[in-house]
Amino acid sequence: MASGKTGGLKRYHDLNGWLFIAPSVALIGVFLVYPIFRSLYLSFFSGKGMMMKFAGFGNVVRLWNDPVFIQALTNTVTFFVVQVPIMILLALMLAAVLNNEKLKFIGFFRTAIFLPCVASLVAYSVLFKSMFSVDGVVNQALMAIGLIGSPIGWLTEPFWAKVLVILAITWRWTGYNMIFYLAALQNIDKSIYEAAKIDGVPAWARFFYITVPMLKPVILFTTIISTIGTIQLFDEVYNLTEGKGGPANSTITLSLYIYNLTFRFMPSFGYAATISYVIVIMVALFSFLQFYAARDRS
Amino acid sequence: MNASRLFGTALQYAFLGLAAFLSIFPFFWMLISASNTSIDIIGGKTSFGDAFATNVTNFFTQVDVPLVFWNSTKVAVLATVLTIVVSSLAGYGFEMFKSKARERVYSLVLLTLMIPFGALMIPLFMMMAKTGLINTHIAIMLPTIASAFIIFYFRQSTKAFPTELRDAAKVDGLKEWQIFFYIYMPVMRSTYAAAFVIVFMTNWNNYLWPLIVLQSNETKTITLVVSSLASAYYPDYGVVMIGTILATLPTLFVFFVMQRQFVQGMLGSVK
Repeated sequence: MASGKTGGLKRYHDLNGWLFIAPSVALIGVFLVYPIFRSLYLSFFSGKGMMMKFAGFGNVVRLWNDPVFIQALTNTVTFFVVQVPIMILLALMLAAVLNNEKLKFIGFFRTAIFLPCVASLVAYSVLFKSMFSVDGVVNQALMAIGLIGSPIGWLTEPFWAKVLVILAITWRWTGYNMIFYLAALQNIDKSIYEAAKIDGVPAWARFFYITVPMLKPVILFTTIISTIGTIQLFDEVYNLTEGKGGPANSTITLSLYIYNLTFRFMPSFGYAATISYVIVIMVALFSFLQFYAARDRS
Repeated sequence: MNASRLFGTALQYAFLGLAAFLSIFPFFWMLISASNTSIDIIGGKTSFGDAFATNVTNFFTQVDVPLVFWNSTKVAVLATVLTIVVSSLAGYGFEMFKSKARERVYSLVLLTLMIPFGALMIPLFMMMAKTGLINTHIAIMLPTIASAFIIFYFRQSTKAFPTELRDAAKVDGLKEWQIFFYIYMPVMRSTYAAAFVIVFMTNWNNYLWPLIVLQSNETKTITLVVSSLASAYYPDYGVVMIGTILATLPTLFVFFVMQRQFVQGMLGSVK
């Protein structure tokens, strides 16, 4: 583009280009690029507070023998392996139904289902904590409709605490994913559905054989961003469990463990940085998948 | 309409109704609970009570509300304005002044999208401690300003900016920065509105980084206050509810006033 210009104009063009991007690039350099390398550097040191000594791969060895780390890793993986598919399927079903223009009050339903993503993570975690207390509104409702016989210890039993975290994240993010599917569905030619209907294809088959394959790229994209989000889960577990990730570490996540190692006790910067690199690797893996999938698409 | 079609429609309504009910209920619960005592809230009371005034009074005695609200507003608005100005400059710059070198820089910028915050918080904390910025609002804002996401969003949107406008402005003798501020910004105002909504929400709700950096009551934001009230050994949920309402109101307001921009921004930033 600039090839036809004279030398002076070209330089002017080039100088302006650098000036426009300079503030962002400088900030990214200082607050993203430098720290990510600094973390890597720190991960080779051990010790508490500012008393650090070189430890080589000592921290990596420590990871394998640290039951809390193993627990945090297992929990984090459990959360995204169980939660993401449930949420994606729910969001898809909601989008498919909301795409039916013959239904009334579509605008209301869409807004209502989207509303949770306006709630701050802290606010909704706190609300959920109060709703899921032993004598709370959720247990009462479940008992009233006969689903359970006695109250569930949502915040005191390890299994149910995990379920609660999964329910909470699903509540917060299903509508968010649904919006992506709705936007994509609006680009699908309606006549495909009409033709399928005329041929007598039932609704469930239309969903699995037309909607899902047509939305494959969006589904892949949302699955990956949801997974990356869940790998970094922090606000919800912190606020549901008073920052402990309890009961008995049953909901502790990698991010929460890093936080505890650094800011709750005498800081172990080096070891915490090593754990943060576990997150880096997991996120990089999924991001790579995403880039790969995106390239495949175009 | 035959029976099975009718049944199908009913099923769809039931599904949507249930989903809508579950989505709205926690908001409804927040409003009801604000008028109940802590014991009633934990006990699952689903009707309005008469403790609203008490809860509000308790909240205002325990929390310096104007200060906390001012802290949150100041941080969120300033950080948002800085983010969209700096990022739109870059998005515009990358798109309007293309060069091989800058495309390479752009790829690196996009690569930073992959960096999880968990891997930044320790070095950032040490950085802020070294420069004496712990417990300041500047420390909260600085790392959030540069956003690869918003740069990407602006670059994508700039593709729709009519180049004739720029050429005409050049003929009129405007400098590049003048074109940006006097022509690009007003023309792209709907892009800015969408970006504002998204970034404001993120900043207003920001939690982990402020939790690390802000350590005194004088600097805390509303999110931190709600969190610390709720994690007391015996939290007073009536008071906590007033806090969650205050924390949620601005984002709810922005959402309902700018719903179109909100959705547009959300979809656009990841197109």
